[in-house]
Amino acid sequence: MLNGIAASDGIGIGKVLLIQEVSLAYTPHPVTDTDAEIARFREAVQAFILNTEEQARALKESAGEKEAEIMLGHISMINDPYLQGEIEKLIVGGSCAEAALEAMCDMFINVFSATDDEVTRQRAADVRDVKAGVLGLLLGVNEVKISDAPKGTVLVAKELTPSMTAGINKDNIVGIITETGGKTSHSAILARALEIPAVLSIPDVMTVFENGELVIVDGTEGLVIDRPNGAQEKHYREERERFRAERRLLDQYRGKKTVSASGEEYELFCNIGNPENAVAAVERDGEGVGLFRTEFLFMGRTALPSEDEQFEAYKKAAIILKGRPVIIRTLDIGGDKDIPYMGLEKEENPFMGFRAIRYCLQNRELFKTQLRAILRASAFGDVRIMFPLVTCLEELRQGKALVEECKQELRADGVAFNEAIPVGIMVETAAAAMLADVLAKEAAFFSIGTNDLTGYTMSCDRGNSNVSYLYSVLQPSVLRMIRRIIRCGVKNGIPVGMCGEAAADPALIPLLISFGLTEFSVSPTSVLRVRKCIARWTKREADQVAEQAMELVTMGEISEYLKTVL
Amino acid sequence: MVSKHFTINNAQGFHMRPATAFTVAMAKYPCTVTIRFNGSNVDGKSLLNIIASCIKVGSEIDVICDGDKENEALAEAAAMIESGFGE
Repeated sequence: MLNGIAASDGIGIGKVLLIQEVSLAYTPHPVTDTDAEIARFREAVQAFILNTEEQARALKESAGEKEAEIMLGHISMINDPYLQGEIEKLIVGGSCAEAALEAMCDMFINVFSATDDEVTRQRAADVRDVKAGVLGLLLGVNEVKISDAPKGTVLVAKELTPSMTAGINKDNIVGIITETGGKTSHSAILARALEIPAVLSIPDVMTVFENGELVIVDGTEGLVIDRPNGAQEKHYREERERFRAERRLLDQYRGKKTVSASGEEYELFCNIGNPENAVAAVERDGEGVGLFRTEFLFMGRTALPSEDEQFEAYKKAAIILKGRPVIIRTLDIGGDKDIPYMGLEKEENPFMGFRAIRYCLQNRELFKTQLRAILRASAFGDVRIMFPLVTCLEELRQGKALVEECKQELRADGVAFNEAIPVGIMVETAAAAMLADVLAKEAAFFSIGTNDLTGYTMSCDRGNSNVSYLYSVLQPSVLRMIRRIIRCGVKNGIPVGMCGEAAADPALIPLLISFGLTEFSVSPTSVLRVRKCIARWTKREADQVAEQAMELVTMGEISEYLKTVL
Repeated sequence: MVSKHFTINNAQGFHMRPATAFTVAMAKYPCTVTIRFNGSNVDGKSLLNIIASCIKVGSEIDVICDGDKENEALAEAAAMIESGFGE
């Protein structure tokens, strides 16, 4: 069994087809008839454009418009008059077409790779693809034809180039394994668009696998099983059927609104931990981001991230979400996480200590740097601010005052931002829950963090196996907290969301509907499942379930009862 | 020779898609098109040179058109940049 990166969900069982890279080696030779050499170059360019147009057409059908656009970009690159002019100058100077092409393309690859801009660096891969394509045509070597692969093929390659993927027939290719690439690489995005299970980043694929051997690709877990035994094969065949049945069922909810059976609409957002996750949120049909954790920017480094660095990350998420809401939670950090450069002291009781909004309000410059970065990003989408771990009104007021200070500074500098940016809070402490009637008058929205709310309400550490039996969102005390928070929000006309794991719990969904929750924020992989769960309840049925459940007085009774209504 | 000053206002800056649209539009005109950015001159008809310049949102640039149909070329360049490339 081999471990790689789970890049595209599902199970594929099939026979390996190794995609050998064709050799583009050549011996540079001096050219005497430069006119003929230029004609040979121009011919190759024309052939490249025709091939690429053909590939773009195929890709548009199998994977969609966006993927096809990448191919069309390659045509724009080779059509660059400067590039062509310089190549022809080199040929006139006596260079062969291959060497001239390579010299100019390599120059741009080097320039792109040396920039500090990630998007520009990614373009280097496109120039490399263009170079390989034209070089292949000049040398008369053909790329492997993936379109001829038989039914039940698992493609194994060092890297999947866009021109390779263009030839993929969805009906015949059942899995993809590559040596390079991560979750957001081009190969991964294409595999997901084609709904082909894929595992990337498996070392030495070309020597590990043999043509024609049976292999299982588990793209959900990121596993590859080579030469499976009978039991493994049987197990994965069953898994594959289960996955397909579920996907068929859930696919009916893709692109649909989130509505209950009686027609009330809900917002269904995603929880993300970095801007790359925003891609997954959109791909999985999330309607926004309900919780953007910002800790990733501060961890695994030796100094604080700059305002510009934070701004780029927040802006990226806002752009990917294209105007849909992005709720950014300000730094939620404390004594339980080790960030050496922040000088956090080890505490006796970190969960009750110096953390989150408490730490930020005492480290104003650090906090304002983040707030300014978020404000600047609000010029690029529906960005909102959320403070974590609020326990009293002063914290919300002080936080909002700092937001106003930052706005003033940005205005003075003539920097664009959204003047009406909503500022809300996580409600995740017992104190905030009890004070929800007051907080709702000054917060633009609530988002219930069920993990901490449950822990703080039950005074229980779920990591401690002696007491973890107490930790459940179905404890009557926790349910009363949740009901109270939602009701206070509803009464004051502010939206109330939930961004803890409980928002995706089928047992809890009827209660949340009944209490009046307006937004569910879940992991991207849960979006369609939660939409389906919400769709099965009418408001009236949900009210009946909630009423019964709230009359029960122990967690055991509530949990048993909810099992009977599912 | 005619020229005009701009601030790039589209979120993506002068990246793949806007730069492609821009170079395709400028190719129609016989005049030269130069983008002056950060003290250097960039060929406004060359997609690869524009991408290599990393012209991001908020960047200040001058577009200089020189030769036949220079006024028409500058007018179209201005329309594209000022509309944020229709983003």
